Amino acid sequence: MSLDTATVRRIASLARIRLEEEEVGRMQAELNGILGWIEQLQAVPTDGVEPMAGGGAVSLRMRDDLVTDGGIPEKILANAPDRQGGEGGEYFGVPKVVE
Amino acid sequence: MHPTDFSLRGAIEALNEGLISSVELTRAHLDGIEKLNPRLNAYITVMAEQALAQARASDARRAEGVAGPLEGVPLAIKDLFCTAGTLTTAGSRILGNFVPPYESTVSANLLRDGAVFLGKVNLDEFAMGSSNTTSAFGPVENPWSRANDPDTRLVPGGSSGGSAAAVAARLALGATATDTGGSIRQPAAFCGIAGIKPTYGRCSRWGVVAFASSLDQAGPVARTVEDCAILLKSMAGFDPKDSTSADVPVPDFAAACARGVKGLRIGVPKEYRLEGMPAEIGALWEQGLQWLRDQGAETVEISLPHTKYALPTYYIVAPAEASSNLARYDGVRFGLREAAKDSDLKDLYERTRAAGFGPEVKRRIMIGTYVLSAGYYDAYYLKAQKIRALIKRDFDDAFRTVDAIVTPATPSAAFGMDEKQDDPVTMYLNDVFTVTANLAGLPGLAVPAGLDRQGLPLGLQVIGRAFDEETVFAVGAAIETAADFRAVPTLRAGV
Repeated sequence: MSLDTATVRRIASLARIRLEEEEVGRMQAELNGILGWIEQLQAVPTDGVEPMAGGGAVSLRMRDDLVTDGGIPEKILANAPDRQGGEGGEYFGVPKVVE
Repeated sequence: MHPTDFSLRGAIEALNEGLISSVELTRAHLDGIEKLNPRLNAYITVMAEQALAQARASDARRAEGVAGPLEGVPLAIKDLFCTAGTLTTAGSRILGNFVPPYESTVSANLLRDGAVFLGKVNLDEFAMGSSNTTSAFGPVENPWSRANDPDTRLVPGGSSGGSAAAVAARLALGATATDTGGSIRQPAAFCGIAGIKPTYGRCSRWGVVAFASSLDQAGPVARTVEDCAILLKSMAGFDPKDSTSADVPVPDFAAACARGVKGLRIGVPKEYRLEGMPAEIGALWEQGLQWLRDQGAETVEISLPHTKYALPTYYIVAPAEASSNLARYDGVRFGLREAAKDSDLKDLYERTRAAGFGPEVKRRIMIGTYVLSAGYYDAYYLKAQKIRALIKRDFDDAFRTVDAIVTPATPSAAFGMDEKQDDPVTMYLNDVFTVTANLAGLPGLAVPAGLDRQGLPLGLQVIGRAFDEETVFAVGAAIETAADFRAVPTLRAGV
């Protein structure tokens, strides 16, 4: 299967990566190179094989549904590129999302 | 002897006997870093003042008779492990200003045991690469060079290229590293040192910048197998903060190094005899098997029939998980932000990620996004998960009749910095021998075993059963003893 430029642009949009017009062709060629190489997997019979989802134990450990963390807003906000509100900035700033 | 030439175990003994202080040992390493790092670029951040303060505190603890198992030992930390209050970049522009307010479990375990951190070492961006050339902080140079071509600068391998180069050049006694498809074992082999990717779940992933969560595993690199065993003992252990952390006891790995291999059955997978592999690597492999037979092991040919599908399977699973993990880099909560004056939120995300990620990371996010997208999930991702199960089944079958598997660590010695850069798939082939252990969740150790004709180190790999690192260490130490690897790189501290 070969990706066309429209598909490359759609994937970039899904991945939230801005692709400049001049980057599309190269990205398309590289992705098609990788996908063409991966294509060999279609030849492997896998009927009835249970997919392996994780790297270790089949079932994950459960813990009690309790609060184990919190009360550290300053640490949470310490690396924010844009802090808004209050004196030192009490929340993350983003462009206006509701008109 | 120059203090930077100690093995980690030797340094611990010298510290215990009062032959050297942690401050002296730390200062000797910092001097080496100051001299060689401008060329090697192994360290992104040198923590000189903090390291000396830690060393002074360590010497004081020792004087009071309270010494941890790694008391006063200077180490390098891969810049993928969050270190509280110290820049942690993952080799990426997008985390170029990130200072974590918390400490990863693995690095916290090392601090608990008395270690001194010299600094944060370079890596391929987000640990994606096999040459350490994708780092936003520049490539790392391998301290080794070809005897007949000393001017060609070689890659240290990747992604833990800074860890391996720093340890090989005597700029640390050991280092933390991580391995998603070979990122501990391949650079260890390229730099002539040892490194182990433990069983999935052995070391906590908490506080390690995530790449592919079902494959990522932390482990040590060091100049001897026993040094790796000592470090792994401190790094490993159950951590409730990582849901995949294994709640199993941590054995005395160093003791296992002395076990010997008498009576062990060593599997030799016939599918690892690759066409076009350098004859020297095949010969070294056979030599390694002979060393093990000489010490009382039996070698048997085995079959791992799905081996050739491991790399393409990995290049679906790992990018899929990466595309999900790296969705967190949004320019809002931490890290880089790029926006135009009139950017809406989506445009802010897209500009931030375009500016913050390098080409290899973007490619993998794109592949991952595609194979997880509606209509393609079953054909790619589900198919890969099924083949992953078959690869694991191959190992389960093999380990019914053998105790460990021995293979080459890499299909070549270290290559030049400008080689293999044109085609992503050519670069991916570096991990052909190592990636299977990640897919199956098994421990794999690289041990230096010899030199090629150009004087570059070559390694062998030992793969073991899940949570049987002890046998892996026993086999690795037996190879190490027989190989008696004493060669040293041209660029190193103390000369």
